[in-house]
Amino acid sequence: MDIKPGSPYDINGACFNAEMYVKKVLKESNLKQVIDHEREIHQDIQSLHSDMQTLVYENYNKFILATDTIGKMKNDFKSLEEDMEMLLSKMDEITHTSEIITSNLHANRDEISKLSETHTLLKRLQFVYTLPTTLNKLLTKGDYEQVVQEYLHAQRVLTQYGNQESLKGILNDCNNIVNELMKILYSHLRDKDITGKELTKSVNLLLQLDEPVLSLCKEFLLHSKNRLFESLNVLELQVENLNQDMIEFIDLGSDTFFSQLCMVIASFNDMFIENLSKNDENEEIEISINQLNMFVEENMIRYLEIVQCYIDKNTSDTAILVRALDRFYRKIQAIGKLFSYKDFTLNALEIISSAARRQTKLHLAMLKAHFHDKLATVRQSLVSLQKLNDNGFATESLASLTSDVIEKVKGILQDISAFLEPEVSFSTNHALRKSISVDNVREGLVVGFLHYLSSAARSYTICIPCPPAFLFLIMTKMCLEYQMSGIGHLLQLVDETYEINKYFENKNKNSSQLSSEVELASDMHSAAQDLVNYYVRVEGLSISQMLKKSVETRDWLHSLEPRTVRAVMKRVVEEITSVDSQVGELFEEGMRTDRSSDSSRRTQMSRHIRAWSSGGTATNTQTFSAINRLFSERIDIFSPVQFSRVSITTGIIKISLKTLLECVRLRTFNRYGLQQVQVDIHYLQLYLWRFVSDENLVHLLLDEILSSSVHRCLNPVLMEPSVVEIICERG
Amino acid sequence: MSNNPIIYGVEFQARSLCSLHANVDQDCFLIGTQSLITSNNQVHLVTLQEETNTLSPQIYEHSSGEIWSLASSPTDKRLISTCYASIEQDCEKRTALWRLPEDDGQLENVITFPSEKYGTDVKVTTFHPTNDAYMCSVIDNNLVMWDVSESGVKIVCTAVLDGKGQPRFTTGKWNPQSVNLQFVTADDCNIKAWDLRSQTKIAWSLDGVHTQIIRDFDFNPNRQYYMATCGDDGYSKFWDIRNSSKPVISRADHSHWIWSIRYNPVHDELIGTASSDGQVLITRLAGISSAAIENEDLKTKTSIEDKIVATCDQHEDSVYCVEWSSGDAWILASLSYDGRLLLNKVPKDEQLRILL
Repeated sequence: MDIKPGSPYDINGACFNAEMYVKKVLKESNLKQVIDHEREIHQDIQSLHSDMQTLVYENYNKFILATDTIGKMKNDFKSLEEDMEMLLSKMDEITHTSEIITSNLHANRDEISKLSETHTLLKRLQFVYTLPTTLNKLLTKGDYEQVVQEYLHAQRVLTQYGNQESLKGILNDCNNIVNELMKILYSHLRDKDITGKELTKSVNLLLQLDEPVLSLCKEFLLHSKNRLFESLNVLELQVENLNQDMIEFIDLGSDTFFSQLCMVIASFNDMFIENLSKNDENEEIEISINQLNMFVEENMIRYLEIVQCYIDKNTSDTAILVRALDRFYRKIQAIGKLFSYKDFTLNALEIISSAARRQTKLHLAMLKAHFHDKLATVRQSLVSLQKLNDNGFATESLASLTSDVIEKVKGILQDISAFLEPEVSFSTNHALRKSISVDNVREGLVVGFLHYLSSAARSYTICIPCPPAFLFLIMTKMCLEYQMSGIGHLLQLVDETYEINKYFENKNKNSSQLSSEVELASDMHSAAQDLVNYYVRVEGLSISQMLKKSVETRDWLHSLEPRTVRAVMKRVVEEITSVDSQVGELFEEGMRTDRSSDSSRRTQMSRHIRAWSSGGTATNTQTFSAINRLFSERIDIFSPVQFSRVSITTGIIKISLKTLLECVRLRTFNRYGLQQVQVDIHYLQLYLWRFVSDENLVHLLLDEILSSSVHRCLNPVLMEPSVVEIICERG
Repeated sequence: MSNNPIIYGVEFQARSLCSLHANVDQDCFLIGTQSLITSNNQVHLVTLQEETNTLSPQIYEHSSGEIWSLASSPTDKRLISTCYASIEQDCEKRTALWRLPEDDGQLENVITFPSEKYGTDVKVTTFHPTNDAYMCSVIDNNLVMWDVSESGVKIVCTAVLDGKGQPRFTTGKWNPQSVNLQFVTADDCNIKAWDLRSQTKIAWSLDGVHTQIIRDFDFNPNRQYYMATCGDDGYSKFWDIRNSSKPVISRADHSHWIWSIRYNPVHDELIGTASSDGQVLITRLAGISSAAIENEDLKTKTSIEDKIVATCDQHEDSVYCVEWSSGDAWILASLSYDGRLLLNKVPKDEQLRILL
C-alpha cells in the first residue's frame, strides 16, 4: 500500500485519521487482506505497548535519583554561606593593610625612580667613556661602518655636552679617531688598487660623517681621474707600440677605460646626485653635475683623442677597422645612455668619418703607388725589350694599366663599403653615409684617382730624361680607354655601390658637388691629346735629327753625281715603318682620303720636272710652286693629331719632311747635289705615301723640298726621271 | 689677329729682318734678300707711313752676295751690318759694315771685316747696345770683337769655343743687362756668356737646356737675369740665369722649329716668336715680366694667366724672323721665306689690359 507521508492515511504521520484509514482499508482490500492487516496492526500495537512500558520504568528510576541529589545539595549550601562570610572579612583586612603600606612607601618612590634614571644615564655615560676604545677596536678590526654608526650614535650627546671638561676629552678622542677614520677613508679615495665597491662604501661613510658633498665630489672625481688616466696611459702606450690590431685596442679601451668611466658615473649618480636630490639641494646638484660633466668630458675627449691617434697610425685592414669602430661607436652610445648630459656620438662620428677619410686616402695612395708600379714595369720592359712589335706587349701593358687598375679600384670600393654595411652600428647615420659615399669615396677616391691618372700621364711630357716614346702611345691609349669606358664604368660602379643618387634626389645630379662624367672624360681626352701630340713631336724630332745631321754634314757644293739613294733615307723609311707598326699595335687605321692610282702617282712625281723642262729658270720654278700652292687647296701641315694610326704617322712624317725642307733651304747645292736630293725625294715618295692619310700632303712637301733645292742650286739641272727611278729601284 | 696686318712683299726669298733701332720716331724695318745671283740682292728699308697706314720702301743694292743676317746700329740710323755669301767666293760668308745712302742705290761699304782667318761661316755681326765703337762677330767657333771707332778696324779680342765634334756657334748677342762687355752665344743646346774684358772667361752658361739646337735667344730688356731661348725642339723657354737647372717657364706652342724669339722692348710680358710651322705668336707671360716685380706688393696683376694673345697665320711659308718696332711698341714685324713682311699689332684689348 503506497501511502504518501503526511497524508491522513499515513499511520505514522501526525495527521493520521483512523476512521478514514479504516474506511480506506475496507474499501480497497478484500477480506483476507483486511484480516491480515488487522493482525499486522495488532502486532504493532502490542510491540509498541511493551516499548512504552520499558520507557516509563527507566524514567522512574532516574527521577528517584534526582530527588536524592537535590536533598543532598540543600545541606551543602548551608556550609558555603559560612565560608563566604569569612572571605569577606578577610578581604577587608587586606585592603586595610595595603592602605597602610602605601602610605608608608610613598616617600621612597621618587627616590627610586630617580635612582633608576641615574642608572641608565650612568650606563650611557659608560658607553660614551668607552666609546674611544670601542671605536679604536672597531677601527683596527676594519669595521668602519660600525665605527661610523657608533660615532653618530654618540655624536649628538657629545656635541651637546661638549663643553664639559671630561666630555671634551672624549669628544676630542672620538673626533681624533673619526678623523683618523676619515683619513683612512680619504686614503681609500686616493688608493689606486681599491675596488669600486669599497670606494663607494667609503664615500658613503664619509657622506654620513657629514663631509661636504662638493669637496667629496671633487675628491672622488680626482681619484677616478687618476685611475682613468692610468688606463688612458696604457691605451696611449698601445698607440705608440701598435702591436695590437684595432679591435683589441678598442676592446682594451672598453674593458679598462669605459668600464671604469661607467662605474664612476654610476656611483657618482648613486652617491651624490641622488643623495642631494633627496635633500632637494638643487644648486649643489647643479654644481656637482657640472663637475661630473667636466670630468667626463675631459676624459672622453682625451680618450677620443687617443682613438684618433690610433686611427691615424692604424694599419689594420678595413674589415677590422670597421668592426673596431662599430664596437667603439656602440660603447659611445652606451655611455650616452648612462650619461645624458653630453652627447659624444657626434665626436665619435667625427672620428669614424675621419677614419673613413683616412682609409680612403690610404687606398688612394696605394692605388697611385700601384698605378705607378705598373707604369714603371711597363717602362722597364720597354727599355729592356728590343722588339716591341711582337708578343702583344702593347695590349698586355695597356691591360695592366686599365683593366687591372679598374679591378683594383673595384676591390677598394668593395673594401670601403664595409663602413656602410647595415649591421654596422654607425652606418645608419645619414650625414656620415653621405660624407663617406660622396666626399670620400666618390669624389676623394674615384674622382681623385682619375684626376691623378690624367695629371700623371701629362706629367710625363715634361719628364726628364724623356721616357721611351712608345710609353706615350701606351698612355695615350690608356687615357682614351678611360675616357671611353673606364670613367663611366667606375662612376657607375661607385654610384651603384654607394647609392650616390640617394643623396641628391631633390637636386640636380650635376650640381657642383659631384664631378660629372663628361667633365672627367674631357679632362682625360685632353690629356690623351697632349700625350699623342707629345709622341708625334718626340718621334718627329728624332727622325728630324737624322735628316738634319745628314744634310748639314754633307758638302753639297761639291757633290758627285748620285749613284744611290743616301743611306739615311732608307733609315728614315725604316724608322717610320717601325713607328707606324708600333702605332698600329694600339690604334685603329683611321680615315684616309682616296688614293690615286699608281700611275697617277708617277705623273705627280714628275710634275715638277715637267714644269722645269718647259720653263727653264729658277725664278720660273719658284713662281710655279707659288702658283701651284695658290691653286691647290691650302693644306694645313700641322693640323692636330687624331687618335688613329694614320693621323699619328702622318704627323710624324710631316714634321720630318718639314725639317728636311728647312735644312735644304740653309744649304747651297751644285748640280749633282740637287740631283742627289731629287733621288732622295723620289725614294721617299715611293715609300711614304702608304703611311699617310692624304698623299697629296706628302707630295706637296716633297715638291716644296725639291723646289727649294732647285732654288738653292747654282746650276739647276734635274736628272732624267727614268734614271732617278732606276736608281731608286736599285735601292 | 683682330686687325688686318700690313703686308709688304719682296720679290726674292728673305731670311733676315731687323728693326732700325736708332730711329725711335718711326716704324722702320730692314730686310735682306737671299738670291744666289749675287747682284740681285737688296736691302729694303720699309717705313710705316702712319697717315696712310701703308709701307713705303727704300731699296738699296747689296751686290756682294745673298744676305744671311742683318743688324742695325742702335745709335746711327744709317749704319747696318750684314753677313753674306756669294757664289763667286764659293759661298763662303763674309761680313761687312754698311752705310745707307740718302737715296736708293748702292750701299756704301764702310768696313769689310777681315773674318776669313776665323772661319767661313759668319753667323752674325752685332753692334754693342751703347758703345758704337764696339762690334762683335760670330764666326764658326770663334767670336771676334772689333773696334770700329777710328778709320779701319781693330780686333779687340777673340774667343774660341773648343770641344769635341767641332762645335759651332749658331748666334750671338751682346748682353744688354750687363754693364760689362758681356757677349752671349748659342752653340748647339748651350748658352754661354763670355766676359770679353778678361780674355774669354765664361761668365755664366746654360748647358743642355734644349734637346735640339738653340736657334735664337733674347734678353728681357727691363728685368735683370731674365732671358728667353728657343730652338729646333719647338720649345720656347724662359730663364732666370741664376738658376740654370730649370726654366721658369717652358712652352711648346709651335709645332716646328722656333727660329726667332723677341721680348717686347717696352712691355716685356709680350713675347713674339716665329716658327717654320708658318705661324707667328704673341705670348703674354705676365708672371715673369718686369711689371710683375713692380706689382708684387699689390698682388693685383699676378693672377693673370700666361697665354697666347695673338696668332698670326697669314704667312704661307716658314717664318724666320720677328722684330718689335723700335717706334710703336705694339707693332710686331715678321718675315717669311717667301719674302712677305707682315706688320701685326697687338690686339686692342690686350693693349688696354696692359696700359690700364
